[in-house]
Amino acid sequence: MIEIADVHKSFGHLEVLKGVSMTVERGEVVSVIGGSGSGKSTLLMCINGLEPIDAGRILVDGVDVHASGTNLNHLRRKIGIVFQQWNAFPHLTVLENVMLAPRKVLGRSRAEAEAIATDRLDHVGLKDKLSVYPSRLSGGQQQRMAIARALAMSPDYMLFDEVTSALDPQLVGEVLDTLRMLSSEGMTMVVVTHEIHFARDVSDRVAFFHQGRIHEIGPPDQVIGNPGRPETIQFLKSVR
Amino acid sequence: MFDATVSLQDVLFMLHGAGITLLLTFWAVLGGTVLGLGFGLLRATAPGWPSLALGAVLDVFRSVPLLIQIILVNAFAPILGLDLSAFTIGCIVLATYGAAYCTEIVRASVLAVPLPTRRAARSLGMTWWDDLTAIVLPMALRVGLPGWIGLALGLMKDSALVLWIGIIELLRSSQIVITRTQQPLLVLGIAGAIYFVISFPIARAGAWFERRWHDQ
Repeated sequence: MIEIADVHKSFGHLEVLKGVSMTVERGEVVSVIGGSGSGKSTLLMCINGLEPIDAGRILVDGVDVHASGTNLNHLRRKIGIVFQQWNAFPHLTVLENVMLAPRKVLGRSRAEAEAIATDRLDHVGLKDKLSVYPSRLSGGQQQRMAIARALAMSPDYMLFDEVTSALDPQLVGEVLDTLRMLSSEGMTMVVVTHEIHFARDVSDRVAFFHQGRIHEIGPPDQVIGNPGRPETIQFLKSVR
Repeated sequence: MFDATVSLQDVLFMLHGAGITLLLTFWAVLGGTVLGLGFGLLRATAPGWPSLALGAVLDVFRSVPLLIQIILVNAFAPILGLDLSAFTIGCIVLATYGAAYCTEIVRASVLAVPLPTRRAARSLGMTWWDDLTAIVLPMALRVGLPGWIGLALGLMKDSALVLWIGIIELLRSSQIVITRTQQPLLVLGIAGAIYFVISFPIARAGAWFERRWHDQ
Protein backbone atom coordinates (compact mmCIF):
# COMPACT_ATOMS: atom_id res chain seq x y z
CA MET A 1 0.00 0.00 0.00
CA ILE A 2 1.14 3.53 -0.79
CA GLU A 3 0.14 6.09 1.82
CA ILE A 4 0.67 9.75 1.04
CA ALA A 5 0.01 12.11 3.92
CA ASP A 6 -0.02 15.92 3.69
CA VAL A 7 2.96 16.15 1.32
CA HIS A 8 4.39 19.57 0.55
CA LYS A 9 7.02 20.20 -2.09
CA SER A 10 8.49 23.40 -3.52
CA PHE A 11 10.90 24.13 -6.32
CA GLY A 12 12.49 27.37 -5.16
CA HIS A 13 9.62 29.73 -4.42
CA LEU A 14 7.12 27.70 -6.41
CA GLU A 15 5.09 25.39 -4.22
CA VAL A 16 3.98 22.52 -6.50
CA LEU A 17 2.47 20.22 -3.86
CA LYS A 18 0.40 21.97 -1.19
CA GLY A 19 -0.62 19.23 1.18
CA VAL A 20 -1.45 16.15 -0.88
CA SER A 21 -2.95 13.08 0.79
CA MET A 22 -4.11 9.85 -0.82
CA THR A 23 -3.68 6.11 -0.52
CA VAL A 24 -3.28 3.42 -3.16
CA GLU A 25 -4.27 -0.10 -2.14
CA ARG A 26 -2.64 -3.24 -3.47
CA GLY A 27 -4.17 -4.24 -6.81
CA GLU A 28 -5.74 -0.83 -7.31
CA VAL A 29 -5.40 1.37 -10.40
CA VAL A 30 -5.50 5.07 -9.56
CA SER A 31 -5.40 7.62 -12.35
CA VAL A 32 -4.25 11.14 -11.67
CA ILE A 33 -5.63 13.80 -13.99
CA GLY A 34 -5.28 17.57 -14.05
CA GLY A 35 -3.76 20.45 -15.99
CA SER A 36 -0.09 20.91 -16.80
CA GLY A 37 1.96 22.08 -13.84
CA SER A 38 -0.62 20.91 -11.31
CA GLY A 39 1.97 18.77 -9.53
CA LYS A 40 0.93 15.32 -10.77
CA SER A 41 4.31 14.26 -12.14
CA THR A 42 6.16 15.66 -9.15
CA LEU A 43 4.09 13.47 -6.87
CA LEU A 44 5.22 10.34 -8.74
CA MET A 45 8.88 11.40 -8.41
CA CYS A 46 8.34 11.82 -4.68
CA ILE A 47 6.78 8.36 -4.31
CA ASN A 48 10.00 6.59 -5.32
CA GLY A 49 12.29 9.20 -3.79
CA LEU A 50 13.65 10.71 -7.01
CA GLU A 51 12.57 14.06 -5.57
CA PRO A 52 12.82 14.94 -1.87
CA ILE A 53 9.76 16.37 -0.12
CA ASP A 54 9.60 19.36 2.21
CA ALA A 55 6.91 18.17 4.59
CA GLY A 56 4.52 15.29 5.09
CA ARG A 57 5.09 11.57 4.72
CA ILE A 58 5.02 8.90 2.05
CA LEU A 59 4.89 5.26 3.14
CA VAL A 60 5.30 2.36 0.74
CA ASP A 61 4.38 -0.92 2.44
CA GLY A 62 4.95 0.89 5.72
CA VAL A 63 8.45 2.12 4.80
CA ASP A 64 8.95 5.87 5.03
CA VAL A 65 10.41 6.79 1.62
CA HIS A 66 11.97 10.03 2.79
CA ALA A 67 13.31 8.90 6.17
CA SER A 68 17.08 9.30 6.34
CA GLY A 69 17.70 5.61 7.05
CA THR A 70 15.68 4.31 4.09
CA ASN A 71 17.64 2.47 1.42
CA LEU A 72 16.12 4.02 -1.68
CA ASN A 73 17.90 1.67 -4.09
CA HIS A 74 16.30 -1.20 -2.23
CA LEU A 75 12.87 0.44 -2.15
CA ARG A 76 12.95 1.26 -5.86
CA ARG A 77 13.16 -2.44 -6.73
CA LYS A 78 9.49 -2.76 -5.97
CA ILE A 79 8.37 0.54 -7.50
CA GLY A 80 8.66 0.65 -11.27
CA ILE A 81 8.34 4.01 -13.02
CA VAL A 82 7.88 4.83 -16.68
CA PHE A 83 8.43 8.37 -17.86
CA GLN A 84 6.93 10.59 -20.52
CA GLN A 85 10.26 10.54 -22.34
CA TRP A 86 11.01 6.83 -22.44
CA ASN A 87 14.71 7.30 -21.63
CA ALA A 88 16.07 4.24 -23.37
CA PHE A 89 19.75 3.50 -22.77
CA PRO A 90 20.86 4.24 -26.35
CA HIS A 91 24.13 2.27 -26.23
CA LEU A 92 22.40 -1.00 -25.30
CA THR A 93 20.18 -3.25 -27.39
CA VAL A 94 16.53 -3.67 -26.45
CA LEU A 95 17.33 -6.94 -24.70
CA GLU A 96 20.33 -5.43 -22.86
CA ASN A 97 18.23 -2.42 -21.79
CA VAL A 98 15.83 -4.76 -20.01
CA MET A 99 18.54 -7.13 -18.69
CA LEU A 100 20.66 -4.42 -17.10
CA ALA A 101 18.81 -3.80 -13.83
CA PRO A 102 18.13 -7.48 -13.03
CA ARG A 103 21.85 -8.10 -13.44
CA LYS A 104 23.16 -5.05 -11.60
CA VAL A 105 20.51 -4.64 -8.93
CA LEU A 106 19.21 -8.17 -8.33
CA GLY A 107 22.50 -9.90 -9.11
CA ARG A 108 20.94 -12.30 -11.62
CA SER A 109 23.20 -14.29 -13.93
CA ARG A 110 23.33 -13.39 -17.59
CA ALA A 111 21.16 -16.40 -18.48
CA GLU A 112 18.57 -15.64 -15.80
CA ALA A 113 18.44 -11.96 -16.74
CA GLU A 114 18.09 -12.84 -20.39
CA ALA A 115 15.19 -15.19 -19.62
CA ILE A 116 13.43 -12.52 -17.54
CA ALA A 117 14.02 -9.81 -20.15
CA THR A 118 12.86 -11.99 -23.05
CA ASP A 119 9.72 -12.88 -21.13
CA ARG A 120 8.86 -9.24 -20.35
CA LEU A 121 9.62 -8.06 -23.89
CA ASP A 122 7.44 -10.83 -25.25
CA HIS A 123 4.72 -9.68 -22.87
CA VAL A 124 4.73 -6.15 -24.32
CA GLY A 125 4.94 -7.46 -27.89
CA LEU A 126 8.59 -6.75 -28.68
CA LYS A 127 9.91 -10.28 -28.99
CA ASP A 128 11.12 -9.66 -32.54
CA LYS A 129 13.14 -6.57 -31.53
CA LEU A 130 15.50 -8.08 -28.95
CA SER A 131 18.78 -7.38 -30.74
CA VAL A 132 18.06 -3.96 -32.24
CA TYR A 133 19.11 -0.66 -30.73
CA PRO A 134 16.40 1.64 -29.30
CA SER A 135 17.02 4.28 -31.98
CA ARG A 136 15.53 1.84 -34.51
CA LEU A 137 12.25 1.63 -32.61
CA SER A 138 9.19 3.85 -32.94
CA GLY A 139 8.20 5.97 -29.95
CA GLY A 140 5.48 3.52 -29.01
CA GLN A 141 7.89 0.60 -29.17
CA GLN A 142 10.47 2.47 -27.08
CA GLN A 143 7.81 3.23 -24.51
CA ARG A 144 6.76 -0.42 -24.37
CA MET A 145 10.44 -1.33 -23.96
CA ALA A 146 10.63 1.10 -21.02
CA ILE A 147 7.60 -0.65 -19.50
CA ALA A 148 9.26 -4.06 -19.97
CA ARG A 149 12.43 -2.66 -18.40
CA ALA A 150 10.51 -1.64 -15.29
CA LEU A 151 8.58 -4.95 -15.21
CA ALA A 152 11.83 -6.92 -15.34
CA MET A 153 12.39 -5.97 -11.70
CA SER A 154 9.07 -7.69 -10.83
CA PRO A 155 7.82 -4.56 -9.06
CA ASP A 156 4.81 -4.51 -6.74
CA TYR A 157 3.86 -1.03 -7.93
CA MET A 158 4.05 0.69 -11.29
CA LEU A 159 4.02 4.47 -11.70
CA PHE A 160 3.26 5.90 -15.13
CA ASP A 161 4.11 9.53 -15.79
CA GLU A 162 2.18 10.75 -18.84
CA VAL A 163 3.54 7.82 -20.82
CA THR A 164 1.59 8.67 -23.97
CA SER A 165 2.08 12.44 -24.01
CA ALA A 166 5.21 12.40 -26.17
CA LEU A 167 3.82 9.90 -28.68
CA ASP A 168 2.37 10.42 -32.12
CA PRO A 169 -1.42 9.99 -31.87
CA GLN A 170 -1.43 6.73 -33.85
CA LEU A 171 1.05 5.19 -31.37
CA VAL A 172 -0.90 6.02 -28.23
CA GLY A 173 -3.20 3.01 -28.56
CA GLU A 174 -0.50 0.34 -28.37
CA VAL A 175 0.90 1.78 -25.14
CA LEU A 176 -2.52 2.18 -23.54
CA ASP A 177 -3.29 -1.44 -24.51
CA THR A 178 -0.16 -2.49 -22.63
CA LEU A 179 -1.33 -0.56 -19.56
CA ARG A 180 -4.79 -2.15 -19.83
CA MET A 181 -3.17 -5.57 -19.96
CA LEU A 182 -1.17 -4.84 -16.80
CA SER A 183 -4.22 -3.61 -14.92
CA SER A 184 -6.17 -6.72 -15.92
CA GLU A 185 -3.31 -8.78 -14.46
CA GLY A 186 -3.83 -7.09 -11.11
CA MET A 187 -0.80 -4.76 -11.12
CA THR A 188 -1.03 -1.88 -8.65
CA MET A 189 -0.71 1.26 -10.76
CA VAL A 190 -0.64 5.02 -10.38
CA VAL A 191 -1.23 6.51 -13.80
CA VAL A 192 -0.69 10.21 -14.42
CA THR A 193 -2.47 10.80 -17.71
CA HIS A 194 -4.26 13.18 -20.02
CA GLU A 195 -6.22 10.31 -21.58
CA ILE A 196 -9.56 10.87 -19.89
CA HIS A 197 -11.31 7.99 -21.64
CA PHE A 198 -8.56 5.64 -20.65
CA ALA A 199 -8.68 6.85 -17.05
CA ARG A 200 -12.40 6.28 -16.98
CA ASP A 201 -12.16 2.77 -18.47
CA VAL A 202 -9.30 1.37 -16.47
CA SER A 203 -9.16 3.10 -13.10
CA ASP A 204 -10.62 2.00 -9.82
CA ARG A 205 -10.31 5.57 -8.66
CA VAL A 206 -9.48 8.90 -10.27
CA ALA A 207 -7.80 11.83 -8.54
CA PHE A 208 -8.17 15.34 -9.95
CA PHE A 209 -5.18 17.59 -9.31
CA HIS A 210 -5.40 21.33 -9.48
CA GLN A 211 -2.71 23.81 -8.41
CA GLY A 212 -0.93 21.39 -6.13
CA ARG A 213 -3.97 19.95 -4.41
CA ILE A 214 -6.28 17.01 -4.93
CA HIS A 215 -9.67 18.57 -5.51
CA GLU A 216 -11.62 15.37 -6.03
CA ILE A 217 -10.88 11.69 -5.69
CA GLY A 218 -13.22 8.77 -6.17
CA PRO A 219 -14.59 6.25 -8.68
CA PRO A 220 -14.29 7.37 -12.31
CA ASP A 221 -18.03 7.53 -12.79
CA GLN A 222 -18.16 10.07 -10.02
CA VAL A 223 -15.05 12.22 -10.72
CA ILE A 224 -15.23 12.09 -14.52
CA GLY A 225 -18.89 11.15 -15.02
CA ASN A 226 -20.43 13.46 -12.48
CA PRO A 227 -17.84 15.89 -11.13
CA GLY A 228 -18.83 18.03 -8.16
CA ARG A 229 -16.21 20.77 -8.15
CA PRO A 230 -16.20 23.68 -10.61
CA GLU A 231 -12.43 23.20 -11.24
CA THR A 232 -13.02 19.58 -12.29
CA ILE A 233 -15.90 20.52 -14.56
CA GLN A 234 -13.79 23.27 -16.12
CA PHE A 235 -10.84 20.92 -16.67
CA LEU A 236 -12.92 18.12 -18.18
CA LYS A 237 -14.51 20.61 -20.55
CA SER A 238 -11.08 21.79 -21.67
CA VAL A 239 -9.76 18.33 -22.53
CA ARG A 240 -12.81 17.01 -24.31
CA MET B 1 85.71 13.24 -45.04
CA PHE B 2 82.02 12.75 -44.29
CA ASP B 3 79.32 11.09 -46.27
CA ALA B 4 76.60 13.56 -47.24
CA THR B 5 73.92 11.05 -48.17
CA VAL B 6 71.22 9.71 -45.85
CA SER B 7 72.34 6.22 -44.92
CA LEU B 8 70.48 3.27 -43.46
CA GLN B 9 72.31 4.10 -40.24
CA ASP B 10 70.65 7.52 -40.24
CA VAL B 11 67.20 6.07 -40.79
CA LEU B 12 67.75 3.59 -37.96
CA PHE B 13 68.87 6.49 -35.76
CA MET B 14 65.65 8.32 -36.62
CA LEU B 15 63.59 5.21 -35.94
CA HIS B 16 65.18 5.03 -32.52
CA GLY B 17 64.07 8.63 -32.02
CA ALA B 18 60.60 7.60 -33.15
CA GLY B 19 60.66 4.94 -30.46
CA ILE B 20 61.35 7.64 -27.86
CA THR B 21 58.49 9.72 -29.30
CA LEU B 22 56.20 6.70 -29.01
CA LEU B 23 57.24 6.06 -25.41
CA LEU B 24 56.74 9.72 -24.48
CA THR B 25 53.34 9.67 -26.16
CA PHE B 26 52.37 6.45 -24.40
CA TRP B 27 53.12 7.78 -20.92
CA ALA B 28 51.66 11.21 -21.68
CA VAL B 29 48.40 9.76 -23.02
CA LEU B 30 48.14 7.16 -20.26
CA GLY B 31 48.87 9.63 -17.46
CA GLY B 32 46.79 12.38 -19.05
CA THR B 33 43.82 10.06 -19.54
CA VAL B 34 43.85 8.54 -16.05
CA LEU B 35 44.21 11.96 -14.40
CA GLY B 36 41.77 13.56 -16.84
CA LEU B 37 39.17 10.88 -16.17
CA GLY B 38 39.38 11.41 -12.42
CA PHE B 39 39.48 15.20 -12.62
CA GLY B 40 36.77 15.33 -15.30
CA LEU B 41 34.41 13.15 -13.25
CA LEU B 42 35.05 15.33 -10.22
CA ARG B 43 34.36 18.46 -12.26
CA ALA B 44 31.17 17.00 -13.75
CA THR B 45 29.63 15.28 -10.75
CA ALA B 46 30.81 17.23 -7.71
CA PRO B 47 30.31 20.94 -8.27
CA GLY B 48 31.57 23.28 -5.58
CA TRP B 49 34.81 24.97 -4.72
CA PRO B 50 37.18 21.97 -5.07
CA SER B 51 35.93 21.52 -8.58
CA LEU B 52 36.29 25.22 -9.36
CA ALA B 53 39.77 25.36 -7.84
CA LEU B 54 40.82 22.35 -9.88
CA GLY B 55 39.43 23.97 -13.00
CA ALA B 56 41.46 27.12 -12.31
CA VAL B 57 44.69 25.16 -11.81
CA LEU B 58 44.13 23.14 -14.97
CA ASP B 59 43.45 26.37 -16.87
CA VAL B 60 47.05 27.37 -16.10
CA PHE B 61 48.33 24.21 -17.75
CA ARG B 62 46.12 24.83 -20.76
CA SER B 63 47.08 28.49 -21.08
CA VAL B 64 50.87 28.53 -20.61
CA PRO B 65 52.69 27.35 -23.76
CA LEU B 66 53.91 23.79 -23.41
CA LEU B 67 57.50 24.73 -24.26
CA ILE B 68 57.61 27.16 -21.34
CA GLN B 69 56.19 24.51 -18.99
CA ILE B 70 58.83 22.00 -20.07
CA ILE B 71 61.70 24.42 -19.60
CA LEU B 72 60.40 25.72 -16.26
CA VAL B 73 59.85 22.28 -14.77
CA ASN B 74 63.24 21.16 -16.05
CA ALA B 75 64.82 24.18 -14.35
CA PHE B 76 62.93 23.98 -11.08
CA ALA B 77 62.99 20.21 -10.52
CA PRO B 78 66.67 20.16 -9.36
CA ILE B 79 66.08 23.29 -7.23
CA LEU B 80 63.29 21.39 -5.46
CA GLY B 81 65.71 18.54 -4.90
CA LEU B 82 64.04 16.23 -7.40
CA ASP B 83 66.50 14.07 -9.26
CA LEU B 84 64.49 13.37 -12.38
CA SER B 85 65.75 12.39 -15.81
CA ALA B 86 64.88 14.61 -18.74
CA PHE B 87 62.69 11.80 -20.05
CA THR B 88 60.73 11.62 -16.78
CA ILE B 89 60.26 15.38 -16.77
CA GLY B 90 59.08 15.24 -20.37
CA CYS B 91 56.54 12.54 -19.51
CA ILE B 92 55.28 14.38 -16.42
CA VAL B 93 54.83 17.72 -18.18
CA LEU B 94 53.17 16.16 -21.22
CA ALA B 95 50.86 14.07 -19.02
CA THR B 96 49.82 17.08 -16.94
CA TYR B 97 49.25 19.11 -20.06
CA GLY B 98 47.21 16.24 -21.53
CA ALA B 99 45.26 15.85 -18.28
CA ALA B 100 44.22 19.51 -18.40
CA TYR B 101 42.65 18.99 -21.82
CA CYS B 102 41.32 15.51 -21.07
CA THR B 103 39.54 16.82 -17.97
CA GLU B 104 37.43 19.16 -20.08
CA ILE B 105 36.71 16.42 -22.65
CA VAL B 106 35.51 14.10 -19.87
CA ARG B 107 33.55 16.83 -18.10
CA ALA B 108 31.73 17.88 -21.27
CA SER B 109 31.05 14.27 -22.30
CA VAL B 110 29.63 13.31 -18.92
CA LEU B 111 27.44 16.43 -18.84
CA ALA B 112 26.17 15.51 -22.31
CA VAL B 113 24.46 12.40 -20.88
CA PRO B 114 20.83 13.49 -20.39
CA LEU B 115 19.74 13.72 -16.77
CA PRO B 116 16.43 11.89 -17.43
CA THR B 117 18.40 8.88 -18.71
CA ARG B 118 20.34 8.80 -15.47
CA ARG B 119 17.11 9.18 -13.51
CA ALA B 120 15.68 6.20 -15.35
CA ALA B 121 18.70 4.15 -14.29
CA ARG B 122 18.38 5.22 -10.66
CA SER B 123 14.63 4.58 -10.70
CA LEU B 124 15.41 0.92 -11.47
CA GLY B 125 17.28 0.71 -8.17
CA MET B 126 20.73 1.07 -9.71
CA THR B 127 23.32 2.66 -7.42
CA TRP B 128 25.28 5.80 -8.25
CA TRP B 129 28.22 3.57 -9.19
CA ASP B 130 26.11 1.28 -11.43
CA ASP B 131 24.69 4.35 -13.15
CA LEU B 132 28.19 5.75 -13.64
CA THR B 133 29.77 2.58 -15.01
CA ALA B 134 26.88 1.09 -17.00
CA ILE B 135 25.17 4.22 -18.33
CA VAL B 136 27.16 7.45 -17.95
CA LEU B 137 30.66 6.34 -18.96
CA PRO B 138 29.62 4.24 -21.99
CA MET B 139 27.41 7.06 -23.26
CA ALA B 140 30.05 9.70 -22.52
CA LEU B 141 32.69 7.63 -24.32
CA ARG B 142 30.74 7.96 -27.55
CA VAL B 143 30.65 11.73 -27.16
CA GLY B 144 34.23 12.16 -26.03
CA LEU B 145 36.17 9.75 -28.21
CA PRO B 146 36.73 12.05 -31.22
CA GLY B 147 38.07 14.77 -28.91
CA TRP B 148 40.25 12.26 -27.08
CA ILE B 149 41.73 10.92 -30.33
CA GLY B 150 42.53 14.50 -31.32
CA LEU B 151 44.20 15.02 -27.94
CA ALA B 152 46.30 11.84 -28.29
CA LEU B 153 47.48 12.83 -31.78
CA GLY B 154 48.21 16.35 -30.54
CA LEU B 155 50.28 15.05 -27.62
CA MET B 156 52.24 12.81 -29.99
CA LYS B 157 53.25 15.78 -32.13
CA ASP B 158 53.72 18.17 -29.18
CA SER B 159 56.10 15.66 -27.60
CA ALA B 160 58.70 16.99 -30.06
CA LEU B 161 59.08 20.05 -27.79
CA VAL B 162 61.02 18.01 -25.25
CA LEU B 163 64.01 18.23 -27.59
CA TRP B 164 64.69 21.53 -25.82
CA ILE B 165 65.64 19.69 -22.63
CA GLY B 166 67.98 17.35 -24.48
CA ILE B 167 65.81 14.36 -25.31
CA ILE B 168 66.64 12.89 -28.69
CA GLU B 169 63.23 11.95 -29.97
CA LEU B 170 62.13 11.79 -33.60
CA LEU B 171 62.39 15.48 -34.48
CA ARG B 172 65.69 16.01 -32.65
CA SER B 173 67.23 12.94 -34.27
CA SER B 174 66.08 14.26 -37.64
CA GLN B 175 67.78 17.60 -36.93
CA ILE B 176 71.00 15.79 -36.10
CA VAL B 177 70.86 13.86 -39.37
CA ILE B 178 70.10 17.09 -41.28
CA THR B 179 73.11 18.82 -39.70
CA ARG B 180 75.34 16.04 -40.91
CA THR B 181 73.87 15.33 -44.34
CA GLN B 182 72.58 18.79 -45.24
CA GLN B 183 69.51 17.17 -46.78
CA PRO B 184 66.64 18.80 -44.88
CA LEU B 185 63.85 18.07 -47.35
CA LEU B 186 64.54 14.36 -47.59
CA VAL B 187 65.10 13.92 -43.84
CA LEU B 188 62.02 15.94 -42.85
CA GLY B 189 60.06 13.99 -45.45
CA ILE B 190 61.10 10.75 -43.77
CA ALA B 191 60.34 12.16 -40.31
CA GLY B 192 56.92 13.33 -41.48
CA ALA B 193 56.22 9.90 -42.93
CA ILE B 194 57.14 8.26 -39.62
CA TYR B 195 54.84 10.64 -37.69
CA PHE B 196 52.08 9.77 -40.15
CA VAL B 197 52.63 6.02 -39.76
CA ILE B 198 52.27 6.43 -35.97
CA SER B 199 49.18 8.66 -36.20
CA PHE B 200 47.27 6.83 -38.88
CA PRO B 201 46.32 3.70 -36.88
CA ILE B 202 45.15 5.85 -33.94
CA ALA B 203 42.95 7.96 -36.19
CA ARG B 204 41.61 4.86 -37.98
CA ALA B 205 40.83 3.14 -34.68
CA GLY B 206 38.76 6.16 -33.67
CA ALA B 207 36.91 6.12 -36.98
CA TRP B 208 36.28 2.39 -36.61
CA PHE B 209 34.62 2.85 -33.21
CA GLU B 210 32.54 5.72 -34.52
CA ARG B 211 31.31 3.60 -37.42
CA ARG B 212 30.49 0.76 -35.07
CA TRP B 213 28.47 3.07 -32.82
CA HIS B 214 26.74 4.73 -35.74
CA ASP B 215 23.98 2.08 -35.75
CA GLN B 216 22.95 2.80 -32.18
